[in-house]
Amino acid sequence: MTVIKNNPKASHAQSTALPSYHCHMPSYLKPRFRVERSDRRCIRCQGCVEQCSFGAQYYDESADRVEAVDTNCVGCHRCVVFCPTSAIEIRHNPVEYRDNAYWRPEVIEDITRQAETGGVLITGMGNDKPWTSYWDKLCLNASQVTNPSIDPLREPMELRTYLGSKPDQVQIDPATGRLGTRLAPQIMIETPVLFSAMSYGAVSINVHESLARAASMLGTLFNTGEGGLHPKLYRYGGNTIAQVASGRFGVHPEYLDVARVLEIKIGQGAKPGIGGHLPGEKISAEVATTRMIPTGTDALSPAPQHDIYSIEDLSQLIYALKEATNYTKPVSVKIAAVHNSGAIASGIARAGADIIALDGIRGSTGAAPKIIRDNLGIPIEMAIASVDQRLRSEGIRNRVSLVAAGGFRNSGDVTKAIALGVDAVYIGTAALIAMGCTECQACYTGRCAWGITTTDDKLTKRQNPEIAAQRIANLVEAWSHEIKEMLGAMGINAIESLRGNRLHLRGVGLTREEADILGVSLAGE
Amino acid sequence: MKDILNPDNRYKDDKVTDACSLFGMMDVSGRLFSGADTVRAIANMHDRGNGLGGGFAVYGLYPDFADYYALHIMYMGRSAKDKTEVFLKDEFDVVRSEEIPIRTRPGVTNPPGLWRYFVTPRKDPCLVVSDDDLVVDKVMQANTTIPDTFIFSSGKNMGVFKGIGFPEDVADFYRLEDYEGYLWTSHGRFPTNTPGWWGGAHPFNILDWTVVHNGEISSYGINRRYLEMHGYHCTMQTDTEVAAYAVDLLVRRHGLPVSTMATVLASPLWEEVDRMPDEKREMVTALRQAYGGLLLNGPFTLIIAHNGEMIGLTDRIRLRPLSAAVKGDVLFISSEESAITLVCPDIERSWKPRGGEPVVGRLGEPVALPKEWDVQNREAVGR
Repeated sequence: MTVIKNNPKASHAQSTALPSYHCHMPSYLKPRFRVERSDRRCIRCQGCVEQCSFGAQYYDESADRVEAVDTNCVGCHRCVVFCPTSAIEIRHNPVEYRDNAYWRPEVIEDITRQAETGGVLITGMGNDKPWTSYWDKLCLNASQVTNPSIDPLREPMELRTYLGSKPDQVQIDPATGRLGTRLAPQIMIETPVLFSAMSYGAVSINVHESLARAASMLGTLFNTGEGGLHPKLYRYGGNTIAQVASGRFGVHPEYLDVARVLEIKIGQGAKPGIGGHLPGEKISAEVATTRMIPTGTDALSPAPQHDIYSIEDLSQLIYALKEATNYTKPVSVKIAAVHNSGAIASGIARAGADIIALDGIRGSTGAAPKIIRDNLGIPIEMAIASVDQRLRSEGIRNRVSLVAAGGFRNSGDVTKAIALGVDAVYIGTAALIAMGCTECQACYTGRCAWGITTTDDKLTKRQNPEIAAQRIANLVEAWSHEIKEMLGAMGINAIESLRGNRLHLRGVGLTREEADILGVSLAGE
Repeated sequence: MKDILNPDNRYKDDKVTDACSLFGMMDVSGRLFSGADTVRAIANMHDRGNGLGGGFAVYGLYPDFADYYALHIMYMGRSAKDKTEVFLKDEFDVVRSEEIPIRTRPGVTNPPGLWRYFVTPRKDPCLVVSDDDLVVDKVMQANTTIPDTFIFSSGKNMGVFKGIGFPEDVADFYRLEDYEGYLWTSHGRFPTNTPGWWGGAHPFNILDWTVVHNGEISSYGINRRYLEMHGYHCTMQTDTEVAAYAVDLLVRRHGLPVSTMATVLASPLWEEVDRMPDEKREMVTALRQAYGGLLLNGPFTLIIAHNGEMIGLTDRIRLRPLSAAVKGDVLFISSEESAITLVCPDIERSWKPRGGEPVVGRLGEPVALPKEWDVQNREAVGR
């Protein structure tokens, strides 16, 4: 974790994980991790020294020993995985304060760090607090006796989903028997899992390519994030959601034309109401060209879109994008899940959006103020339930597709989200873990040892798009199989029969009020 | 039984599910015939029910009152009748009211008071609304606000007769031998949860639409929420009810043809859709995109009827049985073919309709048989 002074909105990246002190005061912080090495196993190959991008390993030539700088270790386990003799173990550094359930070590260390720097604490990835996960308090149904469960290995099981605005009614011309209703653009996905917005610049070009390839292999979509799309990835345009965010980086006619779906980013679950800051160090020539900014300048995304201060302004941008693309592409609006999401979503639907993307409090980020990440927004489960119900109460659920993001860990979470009412989900963290991410939360440093959240040429090469795409595709394939198994167990063979079908959910350990908000009964009822 | 909203669901289950026998018979020339064959046929499938519900729908029933809505009403108490009749006089012109003739007999337990009224709705000059919509509204109002009253049939020139007992006993109770119609459907019920309630027996009715149903609709939760968006209140919490409202929405309100309605309720699989010719594929895809929330998923067979039409439909992967047969102008639809051959040993054609492929009988039109190769194919397999 590092610290940015007097820059509360900054998403900062530094070239090192080392804390940067503003005056020469001694730090009271102890290393988070301890690198332990079996000297008997170590063959001095120095692979760990090569792999560690945080400077936590070095070779002492005089002693012929590999040594560690524990302070620099972020716990990413790159060295552990690559050590040919399994000589390395990363352990928590045992700083055992007197037990205190309230003033936990993390609290003490955060205060200490701020006392030493006077800055906003910056971190990466999603909320790591033990907040209630409602997914873990919802059970799914299965068929017994009165209707048969269906075996997806032997019978068709349909996950195909269309994203886009649906009409309330379809007309058939009585004279000709032909379709009389022209539908808004509908985008077919073969599995209800999309890849979340991760911008080129925040992640490497190889990560972008891996996600694009995986989306193409799976028949689904990946999201460019707010940094534009590198021209070499235009060929994956049919599997691309092109984001238009507050910085308008990389937004130009060709970018809009190659994409399948356009998305206006209003907010992000990891940092609702907060802009972004990609520091000049990460703005390489390629990133600069793609973003249409000078090389080496900071890329600042304002907190709001400065042409959207109201819902009618949003409507103007939605229709500006539709006009620009001749009404051939659905326009999505992504918001962070917040207290009035239901009313906000209703406004977005009425403003002309085709898709609403909701991002919950567990949503991830490359960099965000820690206090924002861990405290702003609401759980995605509650947001899905209230938005879906609100749109239905107003009779406008058909007008938009709902996509949820923010912490989907497995196919069970996805299936429950669909039963609560979404059309599809975005996954970000899970896709990165498939590539090697170990959730060390050092993305904001730009030094990701796994070559994911970096624009460093050498580190970027650590991700081979062919292999990474296959790993991501494998993950989503596996989840799709599992979703089919769960649908079959419920006696359902089409995903739209589960969507919003909350009778297939039961709560365990929920208060009656929580169950009511989620629109579910309790187990045993 | 005060809670008219949930009398059939005393344990507050998500939905009331049941397995059943179905039989329907229609003379497409409009000739009226007695219910004797229908009763014999449904009785032949006795073992598919458990005596907790039987019922019949008859079309062409009241030719002398064909222009009036015939309300069949159950009263679970005298005050219910008094209150309801005040309500009826306020909202309708009642041209005739009478007790439905019955015959008490063992096997049919706890009958409520059963009355019928022939009415026309009173127009409210301040409201622009069709007679049909007005009747739907008033029926829902009566059923949800007047205690111990249940209007279980509300169409023109048709009527529903239903109750607790095996269907043959219910037929005897209602003296169905005295009635004639050109279209009969019937139902024997095997509820899986509660001892039935008279109103919970099939057929379910709204206006002249009736539905008899065998199966469990696993998509009930979303079907109900979809219909709620269009103003339907699923007060009965039975999955059959959603089928009735779905048909009403698609055919009456959205004006879609019956075959299109079947495409919505039992959509073809995507792998079939992908092989269709362009124009058809585009239509089926659009229907599925718009009406995916109405897809009835899970095992079901339905016989849906309204004035002049009878439709048999089974789910998209055919998890419940359905047989059809034709003799002259008469179309038979049944859970079991044995019931058809019992009442008509010399049928001309019989077939097993595919999942999602409706069997339709329409007044004044010859019965559409399945495609020739289909019949041959199935006959070759050996019926």
